[in-house]
Amino acid sequence: MGLSQSFFAERFGLTEHNLQQYLNESLSAGGEYADLYFEYLSTSAISIDEGIVKSATEGVTLGVGVRVIAGERTGYAYSDDLSPEKIKKTARTAACIARGPASVVKTGFEEAQRHNLYPMLRAPHEMGLIERVDLVKRADKAARAYDPRVFQVQATYADSVRQVLVATSEGRLSVDRQPMARLSVTVLAKDGNGVTQSGHSGGGGRVTLEFFLNEKTPEHFAREAARQAIVQLGAVEAPAGEMTVVLGPGWPGILLHEAVGHGLEADFNRKGVSAFTGRVGQQVASPLCTVIDDGTIGSRRGSLNVDDEGNATQQNVLIENGVLRGYLQDKLSSRLMRTKSTGSGRRESYQHIPMPRMTNTYMLAGQSDPEEIVRSVEKGLYCTTFGGGQVDITSGNFVFAASESYLIENGKLTRPVRGATLVGNGPEALKYVSMVGNDLELDEGIGVCGKEGQSVPVGVGIPTLKIDRMTVGGTAA
Amino acid sequence: MNDLEQLASDAVKQALAHGASDAECTAAEGDEFSAVVRMREIEKLTEAGSRGAGIRVLVGKRAGSSYTSDLTKEGLERMVKTALELATITSEDPFAGLPEEDQLGSVGDLSLYDGEISRLQPEWKIAQAKRTEEVALSIDPRIANSEGASFDSYLGMRVFANSRGFVGSYRTSSCGISVTPVAKHNGSMERDYWYSSARAASRMESPELVGKLAADRALRRLNPRKVATQKVPVIFEPRTARALLGDLFDAVNGSAIYRGASFLVGKLGETIASELVTIVDDAILPGLFGSSPFDDEGVRARRTVVVERGVLKSYLLNSYSARKLGLKTTGNASRGLSGNAGVGPGNFFIEAGGKAPEKIIGGVRSGFYVTELIGTASNTVTGDYSSGAAGLWIENGELAYPVSEITIAGNLKQMLMDLREIGSDLDFRGAIAAPTILIGEMTISGH
Repeated sequence: MGLSQSFFAERFGLTEHNLQQYLNESLSAGGEYADLYFEYLSTSAISIDEGIVKSATEGVTLGVGVRVIAGERTGYAYSDDLSPEKIKKTARTAACIARGPASVVKTGFEEAQRHNLYPMLRAPHEMGLIERVDLVKRADKAARAYDPRVFQVQATYADSVRQVLVATSEGRLSVDRQPMARLSVTVLAKDGNGVTQSGHSGGGGRVTLEFFLNEKTPEHFAREAARQAIVQLGAVEAPAGEMTVVLGPGWPGILLHEAVGHGLEADFNRKGVSAFTGRVGQQVASPLCTVIDDGTIGSRRGSLNVDDEGNATQQNVLIENGVLRGYLQDKLSSRLMRTKSTGSGRRESYQHIPMPRMTNTYMLAGQSDPEEIVRSVEKGLYCTTFGGGQVDITSGNFVFAASESYLIENGKLTRPVRGATLVGNGPEALKYVSMVGNDLELDEGIGVCGKEGQSVPVGVGIPTLKIDRMTVGGTAA
Repeated sequence: MNDLEQLASDAVKQALAHGASDAECTAAEGDEFSAVVRMREIEKLTEAGSRGAGIRVLVGKRAGSSYTSDLTKEGLERMVKTALELATITSEDPFAGLPEEDQLGSVGDLSLYDGEISRLQPEWKIAQAKRTEEVALSIDPRIANSEGASFDSYLGMRVFANSRGFVGSYRTSSCGISVTPVAKHNGSMERDYWYSSARAASRMESPELVGKLAADRALRRLNPRKVATQKVPVIFEPRTARALLGDLFDAVNGSAIYRGASFLVGKLGETIASELVTIVDDAILPGLFGSSPFDDEGVRARRTVVVERGVLKSYLLNSYSARKLGLKTTGNASRGLSGNAGVGPGNFFIEAGGKAPEKIIGGVRSGFYVTELIGTASNTVTGDYSSGAAGLWIENGELAYPVSEITIAGNLKQMLMDLREIGSDLDFRGAIAAPTILIGEMTISGH
């Protein structure tokens, strides 16, 4: 898909000549590099609460962001008005970062390489509103039918399509149409003694509504949320202290995102403020661990045909057999570190400057039978569902919050325990991985990653993992 | 009427003309400036403006919403048409509606806008960030690196109009500096940050103060220890006490109450905290970040006592949660540009106590002083609370050594009852504010 067939050419009459002019304006005061990021985002969300479809919202935001790089400096400006005069003015504002004679912009554009990871048969707006209402109603019904103790259900279906065009002063042009859909369900359950607990589930990816009709149904997510709430009704106090922790497959992969992922983003390492700075080639995990960040998996939430700087995404090996292999690079950091972008430049919207970010981060499967892993633990904790997490990349300390866990006693799962956070240190924690399951799973597609005020969708995954030592933050000391 | 007020009232009129029985429109515009300096050089400069509008319509008891950043005539027409279309697929909600007319209104000027900020020169703004970082870098040779310092400013306007005759707008401004120095010593690397922001340029703290505090905070974290698992008294400094109070806000939020999703359901009039505790939500304090002359449904802003000497006096409500609970709105409606309103804080704070924070620390023989919370898991339904933490260990009434890679855990219900000391150091740095507080016992999980 070239510029002429692109959304922005059709809708706003954008031409190569325009792009050239805007880039010339961007480098009118010097600088080595400039890029334009055009975005048109249409969103839709519908929610059911107390059995009533209480809200339905649709919206549109559009704009262009102009970036100029001069050495380590970045000038940035954006406009929500796409008229040529306004865009030129925006480009001149961004150009203020540089002080010198104009730089030359390459003439003509070449289309960047890209994947085709999320073909869209029908755009979301072509699908009936009734079909969306039906999804949340089905979720509500299934959660209530799961158990009579369920008394509240909230379900939201949200989807969006983002039209993107990136043009750079190096003559690179890329266009993409990025779908995203998510169904989430929250359930409250109450037992005879008045104890109330909640459960939450959701998923999706770079898919459209059909995914929820054919692959993961509303009933699937609703039952999972209800199941969690019911399990929690019988949960006891979580333990406190260091112990063996077994993480179930899939979403508990948030461990990798917090423990190593953020610390391997190139901007932190270029500046020398990450606990992983200068550790490429060193052993930072047990030899059983190979960790990958992969933006090229079809239809996944963290996947992109091209990153937000117009580079094709890649499969990047971060840790191989426990040895640190490399960082996640964007345009700016890779220039300054004299290496190549790894297709990891991402941004929340046209109002934001791109940064190195994760896409889908997972660990390769190992040899162990998951049941064998649990059987090998005399006393410990088995965690299957998580809320969120956070990391201090400088000290390397990270936290992630388990929302469904079970005590392991003499090799068997016994009682469920209440929510608790788990804490560790990034460059150390994975050294205690002693068994890796043969059951790699990716999460259902619900992750949102925050960094410096910017949110982007991501994915995670792990096989069942045994970590010999980790600190569990319950109350039962 | 200004342009944006005109735009919002026109959108409301248009919605009524096309069949809405009620409508409400929010519009906003703003200009942002941001300068980031790192290791004495400019790293990023951002300057931009944006506008947007959103509408919510009611057709009988059905609601529909939409928003757009395209404020052309066609863009706004499409916005109204979309909201009306969506109102045909939602369900009848007997409680859907707008606030009662006698609740609508504005308290007038609250000094939320400082025109001086628009006259600040970019060079001066960049110099503030540079100075802040310079101060931090020169405090101690162990401050060897920095994640940067920034100056940010914002000038904006928010407009609200509804079909019950309300039209109002207010301007807001803010400016602030912040810095994140990195300390290094004997193989340990730690960072911390400090900031100051205010609605008026003259009320921003100096680069000298902010730079020094940030550097001191990073330095005192160097070479931390991990302590043993145990139950001890825990002191939250204002920065972390505020985060804890934010978790409590979720439990008095009317939307959680009517769903039965809070541990404070059915507790009005009951003692839920130690008698030292008074918690207030006040949206009419002049010049603060949580202040506004009316809420996001056009309801007059006010002061609400939420907890008075330990007794739960009021939930915080928008008009919808108030109708659901048979109560009156407290003027806490909150939303972006569109959609059904949620509930948000005005200035939500714990009233200051009489004790200096040093005195509170001085009264603890062995305990933990929390300066940072990360990855907090706070369960509004059960009150279960667990969070990653870093801070300083207290020995015989003094801050003895840094501690990290631990968690603190308890239950908000018990923590509120066990709140034993409240400091005199209340300081409004955002919409939620708290002084130093001491909780009698929490579980520390370490090695």
